Amino acid sequence: MSARTEGAGPPVVEVDHVTRRFGPVVALDDVSLTVGEGELVGLLGPNGAGKTTLLSLVSGLRKADAGTVRLFGGDPRVASARLTLGTTPQETGLPPTLRVGEVVALVAGHYPAPMSTHEALDRFGLADLARRQTGGLSGGQKRRLAVALALVGRPRLVLLDEPTTGLDVEARHVLWQALRDYHADGATVVLTSHYLEEIEALAHRVVVVGQGRVLADGALADVLSLVARRRVLLTVPDRALPTVRSLAGAEVVDEQRVENRSLSERYPTQDDEQRLTLLAEDADELVRALVGARVPFRDLEVRGASLEEAFLTLTADQPDEGRAAAGRSADDLHDARPLAHATEGER
Amino acid sequence: MTTTTTAARASARTGRPARTQPFWRLALLHARLGFLETVRIPIAVIGNLLFPALALLFFVVPQRAVADDPGSATVAVAQLGTFAVMSTCLFSFGAGVAEDRAQPFDPYLRTLPAGPGPRLTGRVLNGLLWSYFALAPVVLVGWLLTAAALDWLQVGQSVLLVVGVAVPFLLLGLAIGYRMSSKAAIAVVQAVLFPLAFAGGLFLPPEAFPQWLDVFSKALPSRAVRDLVVQVTAGVDAYPLALPVLLGWTALFATLAVLAYRSDEGRRFR
Repeated sequence: MSARTEGAGPPVVEVDHVTRRFGPVVALDDVSLTVGEGELVGLLGPNGAGKTTLLSLVSGLRKADAGTVRLFGGDPRVASARLTLGTTPQETGLPPTLRVGEVVALVAGHYPAPMSTHEALDRFGLADLARRQTGGLSGGQKRRLAVALALVGRPRLVLLDEPTTGLDVEARHVLWQALRDYHADGATVVLTSHYLEEIEALAHRVVVVGQGRVLADGALADVLSLVARRRVLLTVPDRALPTVRSLAGAEVVDEQRVENRSLSERYPTQDDEQRLTLLAEDADELVRALVGARVPFRDLEVRGASLEEAFLTLTADQPDEGRAAAGRSADDLHDARPLAHATEGER
Repeated sequence: MTTTTTAARASARTGRPARTQPFWRLALLHARLGFLETVRIPIAVIGNLLFPALALLFFVVPQRAVADDPGSATVAVAQLGTFAVMSTCLFSFGAGVAEDRAQPFDPYLRTLPAGPGPRLTGRVLNGLLWSYFALAPVVLVGWLLTAAALDWLQVGQSVLLVVGVAVPFLLLGLAIGYRMSSKAAIAVVQAVLFPLAFAGGLFLPPEAFPQWLDVFSKALPSRAVRDLVVQVTAGVDAYPLALPVLLGWTALFATLAVLAYRSDEGRRFR
């Protein structure tokens, strides 16, 4: 089981052994996840990992095939449970003929104590555009408006699906700052991204999703150490292979025999050679270790590993240490923010 | 930037507010959304608004034998008025719903704290409003250029009757709109609308029908509606089965609409 709040009200989000299929595709496979009040959670994973499906269950758009989803202890498919929820339209799906101010007012009208249209737009630098039709906005302006819509009702939980996809660097930072401000006001924020950078900039807790499962769940630093790998390439003679394989903090993910004789004549050696690809948690440490072990390597290259590569290693590893870390960080947050709820929404 | 602090925390302390905004407030919000979207692209509705009036102008007004006879003229206006309401409902609920479902904004609206009731009611209000707009040109042409006449009681009854005419066809529209893609929905709406209107006696009065068509016609919702409208406006009694036939179709369309709505939920995306 995942982390539980003790003695407080129901968690903000409680996903309990949820499975969701689309025809033959299993989008979510027995996923459990609990988000407490005031957390800022990043859902990280490659496209098709199940992040969007997970959010659609929490926002009441879809029903789980098995398991339960609770939003502040209530059923997210019931409209009143969504009073404390703010989401964004997918991609840039705004009705093109409506004016910016009209869309904001439409959404605000659903909530008991919304921001004024001006305030919502002002947070995202859109106040001058209130009279514009949304179809005339740039891609970045649409994205910012979409996030403004998520916040206008002053929800206690904000769900953001890829909030900054397609934004330039400056617009992205404006948006991040607005989200940090809103989180600092006491709200809970869950966002998905496949940018590691975005998760690093915003999230306090990171949940890595892949192939419909939670692969890792923990404090930012813990999960980053699992995910943020470097890819180190080097060529070594066969006799050095056991030494390289035994080095801590790196694993060999690929070995290629070096066929090019002319190249090896420039570095005369009696041995056959292997071109190795390693995934290292700390590339600097790995290189120091290689030098320290007097490995006769050549053609050293260090590259950033893609998230997809990192996820592959996660799928191979067992993610239990990450989960344990999640329990800790979630409990810390709950302790810091006691709740006054009386209702217990758990079964 | 910090003005929300108090509100976000206050609502966190007091617990979650149990109720959504009042039903009618939400319904009006959604009606307003639909109205603005329609009115911003007026070309989409202008044809719909003008066609019945033009039909009256070109096919009824020049026939002075009909146009100058208060009874026949009123029937002609009533028929085309019924058509105006029927086509507005089928288009705005059939094609309109199908189009909206294709937009990513529609699933977003479903995450707002409003159930399907207010959203659907908003759509119905918007459809009714456009039905009245569609009726206006027909009534205007009929009033100014023909001998058609209603007393004030009939005017009041007719205004209410629009709702009765609209309901079965908006349900049929919903059944189409929630079942089909927008391209298919437009084609199906047209394929349903014109045969139904013709065979229901909305273009030609049923007196001009051959015997077999007249009998067949009496089983159609469009004929039942037409006869009831004519009864109220021109005082010609409807055939006795008109009301049961209309109620039967309404029940069927309602069932189809509910089934289509249910099967639509959560089907399109992951």
